[in-house]
Amino acid sequence: MSETVESVSALIIQKLLANPKVPRDIDGNCKIMDDLAFDSLAVMNFVMEVEDSMDVSVPLDKLADIRTINDLAACVVDLKNKG
Amino acid sequence: MTSIFSKFDGIAGALGSLMEAGGRNPFSVVIEKPVSSTVGIIEGRETLLFGTNNYLGLSQSPRAIKAAQEAAATCGVGTTGSRIANGTQSLHRQLERRIADYFGRRDAMVFSTGYQANLGMISTLAGKDDYLILDADSHASIYDGSRLSPAQVIRFRHNDADDLYKRLKRLDGTPGAKLIVVEGIYSMTGNVPPIAEMVAVKRETGAYLLVDEAHSFGVMGEHGRGIAEQAGVEADVDFIVGTFSKSLGTVGGYCVSDHPELELVRLNCRPYMFTASLPPEVIAATMAALEDMAEHPELRTQLMDNAARLHAGFHGLGLNASKQVSPVIAVTLEEIGQAIVMWNRLLDLGVYVNLSLPPATPDSRPLLRCSVMATHTAEQIDKAIAIFKQAALDANALPAAA
Repeated sequence: MSETVESVSALIIQKLLANPKVPRDIDGNCKIMDDLAFDSLAVMNFVMEVEDSMDVSVPLDKLADIRTINDLAACVVDLKNKG
Repeated sequence: MTSIFSKFDGIAGALGSLMEAGGRNPFSVVIEKPVSSTVGIIEGRETLLFGTNNYLGLSQSPRAIKAAQEAAATCGVGTTGSRIANGTQSLHRQLERRIADYFGRRDAMVFSTGYQANLGMISTLAGKDDYLILDADSHASIYDGSRLSPAQVIRFRHNDADDLYKRLKRLDGTPGAKLIVVEGIYSMTGNVPPIAEMVAVKRETGAYLLVDEAHSFGVMGEHGRGIAEQAGVEADVDFIVGTFSKSLGTVGGYCVSDHPELELVRLNCRPYMFTASLPPEVIAATMAALEDMAEHPELRTQLMDNAARLHAGFHGLGLNASKQVSPVIAVTLEEIGQAIVMWNRLLDLGVYVNLSLPPATPDSRPLLRCSVMATHTAEQIDKAIAIFKQAALDANALPAAA
């Protein structure tokens, strides 16, 4: 099974929408901290949920380069392909 | 031109509303004069101290005070140098020997603060291609150490040994050493980890284990050696890091280990190499406080009795207090506004505790964090509980049934 950035991005959006505080009209280009008002801790905790769904660990230093939902999806796909 | 301070606009606004809501800046409380280990003058009033981490009350130890005075008189008040240059006096080596002996370990490194001990050990041990596996609720000094390290950093769910195992298994086959970092007592919540289960994971996966006993040293275990002693797993802990600034009442940090390579860590550890060493009077006071701690195990019994009394009192009021009994007892509130009002009322009524706001708390809720001391009297604890009741009523923070 191979995931694509699109499929992982869709899964992330689905997970985000489970939180009622998240705006309904988000897409892959939304900035996680700026547009969704997540603080640094909330981002790390959310990434943990994505890690569990995708069975992958995202090292914290990778998070520094992630701004948008698509960035996170691309990072997860990259890590999966390496594994 | 962009202001270099514009990044602080958010925190400036938050601080402004915090002060508007409560009248005080909770981050600039001044203890004008310590009266005893449990009472200080704040805003001109005698205030009960329930937020100082001075678990055994040893900041006011007569033996430590005398030792500090004598050391200053004979050795001077500072070393003006770092441990690897001109900043090691015989007192520093003596303290390292005594700490190592207290833990029954081969060697110890003494750092200038507990923060630097974590920063130094974590950043130095975990190199490029290694993995740091951190509990999600780790202290800032652990996160900062991980940022200074070139290793890959992976978080596992707080106190969850199964999650730790899962994340280590994902790394099967990767080269590089794995270092697990956990704390003996988590400083914000008082949570205690299932250390025996974590040790089992460490053994099965061939990882190293570092335990930060900052809040559990002097508090847990028959001899006060912390959670590893209490759980009987000391032999499986590769590195114990701790601080002198809680139970021993002074300042400074340490790491003890049986690994002979600790001697080489000294020569690679930047937070150890490039800062001034502790002054002689602090070293002498710390050794004296360590003697106090060793000679008075009843302080630990009293501390746990006091913690149980405050814990029961808070639960009796219906407050959402920590589940486990430990000298760190956090009261979780639902709203930041409530926490601000309640914290201010507590101080008005004569009790000082720590106000902890997200994101410095594990979830998005605020905490009123209390630390109990062996030197608190039953009357002081009961008075604090009564004041908590009044402040909670004033802040509308008690459940309707209570």
